[in-house]
Amino acid sequence: MVIMNYNNNNMDIETKTIGNIFTENPKITSRNVNVFYHDKQAINNVSLDISSKEIISLIGPSGCGKSTFLRCFNRMNDTIDGCKVEGNIVLDDQDIYHPSVDVVPLRAKIGMVFQKPNPFPKSIYDNVAYGPKIHGLASTKDELDSIVELSLKNAGLWNEVKDRLQSPGTGLSGGQQQRLCIARAIAVSPEIILMDEPCSALDPIATAKIEELIHQLGKNYSIVIVTHSMQQAARVSQRTAYFHLGELIEVGLTKQIFTTPQDKQTEAYISGRIG
Amino acid sequence: MSNNNKNYTLMDAKKAEEIVRSNVKKRRRKDIVLKSIGQFAIFVALSFLVFLFVSIFAKGIPGFFQHYVTLEVNLDQKRLDPKGDLSPDSLYSGDARKLVLEALYKEINPKGRKQKKAAKKILSSNAEIRVAQMVLENPSLLGKTIPITFALDDDIDSFLRGYIKRDTPESDRRINNTVIKFVDVLVEKKLVNYKFSDYILSGSASRSPEIAGVKGALIGSILTLFVCFILSFPIGVATAIYLEGFAAKNRITEIIEININNLAAVPSVVFGILGLAIFIGVFGMPRSIPLVGGMVLGIMTLPTIIISSRAAISAVPPSILDAAYGVGASKLQTMFHHVIPLAIPGMLTGTIIGMARALGETAPLLMIGMVAFIVDIPNSIQEPATVLPVQIFMWADFAERMFVNKTSSATIILLVFLILMNGVAIFLRNKLERRW
Repeated sequence: MVIMNYNNNNMDIETKTIGNIFTENPKITSRNVNVFYHDKQAINNVSLDISSKEIISLIGPSGCGKSTFLRCFNRMNDTIDGCKVEGNIVLDDQDIYHPSVDVVPLRAKIGMVFQKPNPFPKSIYDNVAYGPKIHGLASTKDELDSIVELSLKNAGLWNEVKDRLQSPGTGLSGGQQQRLCIARAIAVSPEIILMDEPCSALDPIATAKIEELIHQLGKNYSIVIVTHSMQQAARVSQRTAYFHLGELIEVGLTKQIFTTPQDKQTEAYISGRIG
Repeated sequence: MSNNNKNYTLMDAKKAEEIVRSNVKKRRRKDIVLKSIGQFAIFVALSFLVFLFVSIFAKGIPGFFQHYVTLEVNLDQKRLDPKGDLSPDSLYSGDARKLVLEALYKEINPKGRKQKKAAKKILSSNAEIRVAQMVLENPSLLGKTIPITFALDDDIDSFLRGYIKRDTPESDRRINNTVIKFVDVLVEKKLVNYKFSDYILSGSASRSPEIAGVKGALIGSILTLFVCFILSFPIGVATAIYLEGFAAKNRITEIIEININNLAAVPSVVFGILGLAIFIGVFGMPRSIPLVGGMVLGIMTLPTIIISSRAAISAVPPSILDAAYGVGASKLQTMFHHVIPLAIPGMLTGTIIGMARALGETAPLLMIGMVAFIVDIPNSIQEPATVLPVQIFMWADFAERMFVNKTSSATIILLVFLILMNGVAIFLRNKLERRW
């Protein structure tokens, strides 16, 4: 494998990754990220930029570390015992792993949608209103109402639930629950949305709706999506990064990755021979 | 060679089916054996339970009733209220006893000192107090002659229930022939009746079983449990929240965890010794008071509450934690907005089970002196008191025949309280439980 040396922002990056890990207008720059679970290394020296208002998908076989890498961006790995993150992740010129950084505003800026729809066992309204409430984004009830309405509208759920905002969020169907979770994430006006296999628990119709929604949201947010479905990656994302055994093997424009992958492993995965 | 080869071929399908079928019978037999052993075990356990309940209720239900005699008492104003001011002082110094006895003599006509002495044994010593109390509550009764029911002495009660036999030789009987004769007269005149006891629920500790009741012990139990709850619930839940949600997982928290689990298994009497040494010995608090009893039981209940609260907290699905952290909730907000509301039914259930255990606890309270004979009904947590299980323990120790029934009656009252508390636990759990 070729070792490439880039010189960017006066920083020497040593990476084995094929393709261009940089973008012109990076929202997040991650450099030499290593993640350990106790002694086991889950992420090995990954560097990747994410630009604003792009959709990038992380693909790779199970256990390749794509979800772990995703959870580095909003420091969700902090909640896991024995998880240690090394390296440098900068969001808007701010090192998010700097000791002085508070995770609360960070997570308000970076929303997250999980694999399994996980609405709070509260009403639909309260699910969406919770984030704005704890961050103090609305000073009046009317403001909060409009945040909830807009979030649900942007998540494509408003027409389905506007008459039953007070009924429990857990009573919705799986696809609706996932859209409710997306509404909950965008209600705090984030700049980036992380999605960890958001459609893996959903049927094809619900998946199609979520994908359509991701497409819409991509106009306003940076979206990093982890997915097992290569078709999904091909459908929704502009760039694709292929992970294997904790390493970022190849990154590039989705079209290019799926048609002319440079790396043999990437090609093998995409053509269905591994994973 | 061909023989060898035959061993490797698969069995004929029909033969295999036969073997499987014969095996099935054997397997089914084993299933049935296991099932019947289990059923037998349950049967044994249930029959012990039934035996326990039948024996407690057979003895305890009669303990709620007792024999009374109704007498026409002349409430003479001068003799009842010598000072004439209707004050308790005056009424209790009055001659109520004589008036009651006169009413009794009118019915049975005792002749001579000896017979009068025997007649005096018929009524409970509480009779005169009853008259004084009636007048105190309703002074307009003064000067009238009204029928009043009095509890019979416990020996007479035992006799009327057949515990003391008529054909036992007089010298071996607790009551002599004269007394029996008088009782017969009262029964003949239909003055004696058997009804629900006035004293079992509203009376307090007494050496006379006919006027002994559980009120003092019941209030003592309630006060003690109140202190126990106030102490153990907040500390227990706070400990559980800290250990589950905030504490770093290191050697120190591990040691704390092991110690809490060990504390749950420490015999309760040890907590009594601890209470004796620290609260009474070091801090010099008084003995026998619900405050100390409640603190001892509180310490004893803490591990139960901590363990069940931690279990309830860790049973909250991690996806809820992810969701809360994901929208930027702090640890505290996640805990108080999401985890605790979901864990509270489990916490409450654990607390009430711990409290129910504390309600039934005797040994640690013996150590701190709550076994004292206390007649006064406690008004605060700083007054000497006893508790229900200790009352049962003391009554079981008394020699009078009627205390056997009273002991079982008090046990029934304790059981009712335990069932009520468990019922509240189930109700709260069902009411607060939220599905996700």
